Amino acid sequence: MFKKLDEYKNNIAIIEDKEYSYNEMLSLSKELTSYISKRDLVIHLTSNTFESIAGYVGFIKEKIVDLLLPSDINKTLLKEVIQNYKPKFLYIPISLKDKFEFDEVVRYKNYCLLKTNFDIDYKINDELALLLTTSGSTGSLKFVRQSYKNIYSNAKSIIQYLNIKSNDIAITTLPSSYTFMLSIINSHFLQGGSVVACEYSIMQKEFWDLIKEKKVTTFSGVPFTFEMLKRLKFDRMELDSIKYITQAGGKLREDLVKYFINSCEKKDIKFIVMYGQTEATARISYLPWENRDKIGSIGIAIPDVKIELANDGELICKGDNVTLGYSQNCYDLYKGDENNGVLYTGDIAREDDDGFFYIVGRKKRFVKIFGNRINLDELEKIANKNGYEVVISGNDEKIVIYSTKEYKDIIEFLSKTIKQNKKIFKFKIVNSIIRNSAGKILYKEMEKKYGY
Amino acid sequence: MSNLEKYNEAFIESFGIEEEVLKNNLKYNTIEEWDSIGHMSLMAALEDAFDIMLETEDIIEFSDYEKGKEILKKYDVEI
Repeated sequence: MFKKLDEYKNNIAIIEDKEYSYNEMLSLSKELTSYISKRDLVIHLTSNTFESIAGYVGFIKEKIVDLLLPSDINKTLLKEVIQNYKPKFLYIPISLKDKFEFDEVVRYKNYCLLKTNFDIDYKINDELALLLTTSGSTGSLKFVRQSYKNIYSNAKSIIQYLNIKSNDIAITTLPSSYTFMLSIINSHFLQGGSVVACEYSIMQKEFWDLIKEKKVTTFSGVPFTFEMLKRLKFDRMELDSIKYITQAGGKLREDLVKYFINSCEKKDIKFIVMYGQTEATARISYLPWENRDKIGSIGIAIPDVKIELANDGELICKGDNVTLGYSQNCYDLYKGDENNGVLYTGDIAREDDDGFFYIVGRKKRFVKIFGNRINLDELEKIANKNGYEVVISGNDEKIVIYSTKEYKDIIEFLSKTIKQNKKIFKFKIVNSIIRNSAGKILYKEMEKKYGY
Repeated sequence: MSNLEKYNEAFIESFGIEEEVLKNNLKYNTIEEWDSIGHMSLMAALEDAFDIMLETEDIIEFSDYEKGKEILKKYDVEI
C-alpha cells in the first residue's frame, strides 16, 4: 500500500534529528527489508524515531508482518509474546539488544535487526499486515489482526475528512505502536506529507519549540493530553502554524470539549473530536468542526464507514476498516477475515434527530485511562493469578482495587504489569466482597458501598 | 518544615519514591514515575506547598530537580 511513496522522492517524510526525504526513508526501508523474506513475522519495539518509522514503512511495503509493541513494554510480557508468536526477526533499539541471545543482522542509527532461532513453520494469511494490542500496554497477549485493506481504507477515509495534503506536518504525541498514531503516520505519508518524530511529551519545552520551528500543522491527543493542555493554559498559547487538533482515545469531559472549542475558535484552529478502536483499524467517527455545537457527540461515521445501533443500543461499525479478528499466538495467523466487515464495538450509543451519535455506556468491563483501554476482568485475573486476592473496578479516571487483605505492593505490581502510572490506582481494604447468590461479584454494589 | 524539605516532599509524594532518588539531579523521564502524569502531580504539589501558581513557561521548563529550584526563585521561593 505504500508503493505510492516512491513518487514523493524529495518531499520531507520524517523530521527528527534532521529532515529525511522520502528517498532517504525508503532507502533505509529497502535495505532493512532486504534481509527479511515476504510474509515473515517481525516483532518491532517502536519508538518515535526515524529508523523505527522507516522500518514500519518498509515492513508494510514489502509485505512483512509487523507486530508492534512500545519499547518500554514490560520485559516479562515481551518474552511471553516472543514465545507465543515465534517471530523470524526482532527490530528493536540497540539498548535492548542484551536482553536477547539472538544474532544481530544489521543496525541503523539506534536500532538493530536480530535474527531469532525459532525452527518452526506456521502459516500466515496473505491479507495480514499488522498485529497490534488493543491498549498499547495491557498484560494481554491478544492482538488485533489488521489487513492491508484495513489500513489503506482507514487512511483514505481520514485523508478525506481531514483534507490532508502534502504540505501538512504532523507531530508525534503518542507511541507509534498505537493504532491511532499509526493512522496519523499512514494518512500523512499517503499524501506525501511530513511527520515530526519526537519522544517529547507536551509537558516539555522541546515539544513546543518543535511545533514552532518546524511549523507543525496538526497534533493529536487522548483525553489526558487535553487535561494537561488546559493546565498549560492552552488558550494563551501562540500556535500560528497549527490548522487543526484531533482528539481520540476515549471520551473527553464536556467542560474540556467546550474549553478547547472556545480557545480554538479564537486561534482559527479546528478542534475535531473522534471515536475509534484498534478493532476498526483506528477511526470510526468524527465530529465535523461545523457541528461543534454538538458537545459530547462522537459525530458521524467517517467516509466509507457505516454506523448502526443494535437493539440494545450497541454501536456497530461496518466497513473496510473492520479488522480481521484477534490472535493469541502464531498459530492463529493463518486465519482470514472473521468479522466480515461488521464490528460490535461494545459501546452503547444513542443517535440524535440529526444523525449524530453519543456514547452513553459500555457493555463490557473496561476503562480507558490516558488513552489505554484496560480490561478490568483481565487485570483482576492477572492479579489473582499472582496471588493477590483482590477485586478490581474503576472508571475512566482511576482503577480501584478492593480486598479484605492488606497488600502493600499491589499498586506497584499492577502499575508495572500494565505500565501505567501508580497515581491511577487506589487500594481499599473492605470488610467483604459483595457477591450475588451465584457467587458473581457485584462491582456496582462494591463501588456504592466502599466508594472509589 | 524548611523550603528544601517541602520541595523534596513534593517529589517524594508525587512520584512515590525514596528521598535518595532525588540525588544526582533527578531528571524528567529518567524514572518511570516522572512522566507527564507524574509531572502534572508534581506541579500541583509544588503549587500547594508554596502557595504559588506556576506559569506555562515554567511548567514546561521544569526539566530536572536543580532547574526546578531556580524556577521557584522567580516566585520568591528560596530553596
